Amino acid sequence: MKIPYYPGCTLSTTAKPFDTSARAAAVALGFEMEELKQWNCCGAGFPLTPDNIIGLTAPTKVLANARKEGDTVTTLCSVCYNVLKRTNKVVRDDKEKRRIITDFIEEEYDGSLDVLHFFEVLRDKVGFDKVKAAVKRPLTGIKAGAYYGCMLLRPFEDMGIDNCEAPTVFEDLLEAIGCEPVDFPDKIECCGAHMAMGREDIVEKLSGNVMQSAVGRGAEVIVTSCPLCQYNLEKSQPAMAAGTAGYRPVPIVYFTQLLGYALGQDETTLGFESNAMDVRPLLKEKGV
Amino acid sequence: MPRIGVFVCQCGNNIESTVETKEVAEEMEKLPGVVYTCSYKFMCSSPGQDMFKKAIEENNLDGVVVSACSPHMHEKTFRKASEKAGINPYKCEIANIREQCSWVHPDKTKAVGTAKSVDLTRMVIERLKKNRPLKTINIPVNKRALVIGGGIAGIQAALDIAEGGREVILVEREPSIGGNMAKLSETFPTMDCSQCILTPKMVEAELHDNIKIYTYSEVEKVDGYIGNFSVRIRRKAKYVDEEKCTGCGACWEKCPFKSDSEFEMGLNKRKVIYTPFPQAVPNVPVIDAPNCPKIQKDKCGLCAKVCGPQCIDFEQEDKILTEEVGAIVVATGYQLMPNERFGEYGYGRIKDVISGMQFERLASASGPTGGKIQRPSDGKEPGSVVFIQCVGSRDEAKGVSYCSKVCCMYTAKHTMLYRHKVHDGQAYVFYMDIRSGGKRYEEFVRRAIEHDDAMYLRGRVSRVYERDGKIIVQGADTLSASQVEIEADMVVLATAIVSRTSAATVAKTLGIAYDKHGFYNEYHPKMKPVETVTAGIFLAGTCMGPMDIPESVMMGSASASKILALFSSDEMAREPITAHVNAMTCNACWDCVTACPYTAIDKEEVKDRKGNTVRWQAQVNPGLCQGCGVCVAACRSKAVDLAGYTDEQVYAAINAF
Repeated sequence: MKIPYYPGCTLSTTAKPFDTSARAAAVALGFEMEELKQWNCCGAGFPLTPDNIIGLTAPTKVLANARKEGDTVTTLCSVCYNVLKRTNKVVRDDKEKRRIITDFIEEEYDGSLDVLHFFEVLRDKVGFDKVKAAVKRPLTGIKAGAYYGCMLLRPFEDMGIDNCEAPTVFEDLLEAIGCEPVDFPDKIECCGAHMAMGREDIVEKLSGNVMQSAVGRGAEVIVTSCPLCQYNLEKSQPAMAAGTAGYRPVPIVYFTQLLGYALGQDETTLGFESNAMDVRPLLKEKGV
Repeated sequence: MPRIGVFVCQCGNNIESTVETKEVAEEMEKLPGVVYTCSYKFMCSSPGQDMFKKAIEENNLDGVVVSACSPHMHEKTFRKASEKAGINPYKCEIANIREQCSWVHPDKTKAVGTAKSVDLTRMVIERLKKNRPLKTINIPVNKRALVIGGGIAGIQAALDIAEGGREVILVEREPSIGGNMAKLSETFPTMDCSQCILTPKMVEAELHDNIKIYTYSEVEKVDGYIGNFSVRIRRKAKYVDEEKCTGCGACWEKCPFKSDSEFEMGLNKRKVIYTPFPQAVPNVPVIDAPNCPKIQKDKCGLCAKVCGPQCIDFEQEDKILTEEVGAIVVATGYQLMPNERFGEYGYGRIKDVISGMQFERLASASGPTGGKIQRPSDGKEPGSVVFIQCVGSRDEAKGVSYCSKVCCMYTAKHTMLYRHKVHDGQAYVFYMDIRSGGKRYEEFVRRAIEHDDAMYLRGRVSRVYERDGKIIVQGADTLSASQVEIEADMVVLATAIVSRTSAATVAKTLGIAYDKHGFYNEYHPKMKPVETVTAGIFLAGTCMGPMDIPESVMMGSASASKILALFSSDEMAREPITAHVNAMTCNACWDCVTACPYTAIDKEEVKDRKGNTVRWQAQVNPGLCQGCGVCVAACRSKAVDLAGYTDEQVYAAINAF
């Protein structure tokens, strides 16, 4: 099975481990992530005003190119997923906007793609049972906090991947690879996102809340599906350490890194070394 | 040659401002068959009516057209007057020159309005020439009533009908009557104990000679029409012989198996053979069959061993019975929206987040804690409680668009009950608006705020989660424009009132209309608030929308009064505007049967003298037919015609245009 795959710019640069580990995990599960022949940046943010149509042109171009290669496209980054899925819905349902966009980008596209997140591929196409069966190194005893962030689930009407107030898909996957998922109240809150550019105080507060919440519930590692979340949570740790006595830095990893590890993939593809807080000592400590 | 009179109404200035009524009258004079015309300031006034009757008698008229407001307003008035003046009421027709003419054509030169009024009136005159005198239909009335639902609205309706000397059958699906009101602790704004004011009525209903109560029963099918309904009732097996049972309670004392109590909203367990609450009416236990090991696996049977009168029968089966009644009151009540829908409030995940109805049980002296406010998780007395209003109500995005009407009041009541039982406790209320319209309601809310120190915060709650053994409630206070975070011990959600899940099914069984929320539609929101579009079926209580106890009681009594009026004579008159099938041209395709919204058309066999079926034809039941005309439009062979709206009449009007 080959799955058309849109990496997006972050996964091709700073979040390379997210990309390589996902590809490796896919191989272990018997399918191939086939990168789109032609793609561009998704725009990294869905326009917040209904008349901002120019903001929809880049993602529509991505979708139009993907449509030439099949009827689905899969992505890993929460933000890419959010932008592509919502743009797809606009193009599908709003004929007037569709006309303006397609005229502008000189491509025909009607919104007939099925935009999937890697989670959906694992849950609906592969099946978590099959994932569980493929695990070679179960991560038994690892208390992992599944951090959804805000882009993966909301707005619910557009995304629909899971219940946006009480999601479970992430925990289900972590359970499948042997982890002990830690449910923490802030798992669906925002980390501060692009406020990292210029308002670090806001990011520090919001990411701090998320970290406090997860660590307070006993999370030893925080797992995410968004490069920006990963970055912000890592950045917030020095401040946390300064403010909390006996604070032990918590590794922030992509879910595909743990998945690839559990599936027995070669560590060179997992990119643990590029995380600011190394998760390997924890894995060793737990003997997994 | 007919002798027709035309009466053009000026309706003060309502019509006269844009229609030259004198001119309309003069124009009509020119038509063949019109022998009298006039224009008058207020045709519906007493002098107007007198003039109308006098004109009919003096000019020996045999048909009249009144050009005035909509027939919905005064058709009845003028038909009555024509009858008094000696002509058949169905030879009186209304031309609507107000709602459909003067009100919508603001042209002050009167050119448009006058011309259109002339056209409209002429059409009705031509139509009238084809009118046949019709006679009202008399239908016998079966003077027994059925009340569906044994909550406070149903009980009140049943009692009032029974007091009026008529028999009533009260059907309730639960093991006991009492409904939701039986679960409440105190009632606003008087703080009466709910059960103390309800149980006397329950007992009264039980002991009343004219009331027959079927609990644990459901209405399965309703046939017939006003005055003559035939109702099929399924009496679900209680596995207990009601005749023999003395209600001693030995069976449920000895029963070793437990299940969640529906009555206690899951806060407590009940036995598998049980009465829902101590004051249950009838005081006869039922066996919860899916959870009973004896019935499921033939193990146990202890209850039957200890039963003195030997009335437990594990082999008992559902009974079906048919009752003939003349009128029906639907009082099926409400339920609450599932709180699980609101993940942000943590219901179902956080033990101490409870629903308003669960709080009622906690505060109730007969509840699972004996009236002590204890949180479900560890039984501790909560030092602070947050009440969240509008959970699902007025929330287009996640809930329902309407306001549930009673939550503002019961939340205020909850804060008081809490304070009266936990003297140093602090209640917080998050609200959008306080809707306390009603006698002594606003004062009640003020009392909660001023006397019992409830802290009201105008804003919504974004999130409820646990931290270090406390429930953290994050929300906004829009009056101080700040975010608030409250550490609470318990959270109570005032959940939206929604229609029962079975509402649509019941509506289809009865043939009554319901809205997009599943609440039953009244005939007219102002003038006919307890009638439905199906004659003989009335509504009471929260099955038609959220309301409080007094309103439910009022509706129960109102429905009862309508029914007693209906039962006051042996026969009832019905409008003769009904469809008729021409047996010669009907080819039994049954399109009319499918189309009829009132199930008023039957399939009838036509037999020869030897009793062999020759063919089939459609037959309209005049008792059920509401004269809507859908069958006329549906019939492909033009075999159906509607009295008062015959093809002949309609074409005459169209041709006159």
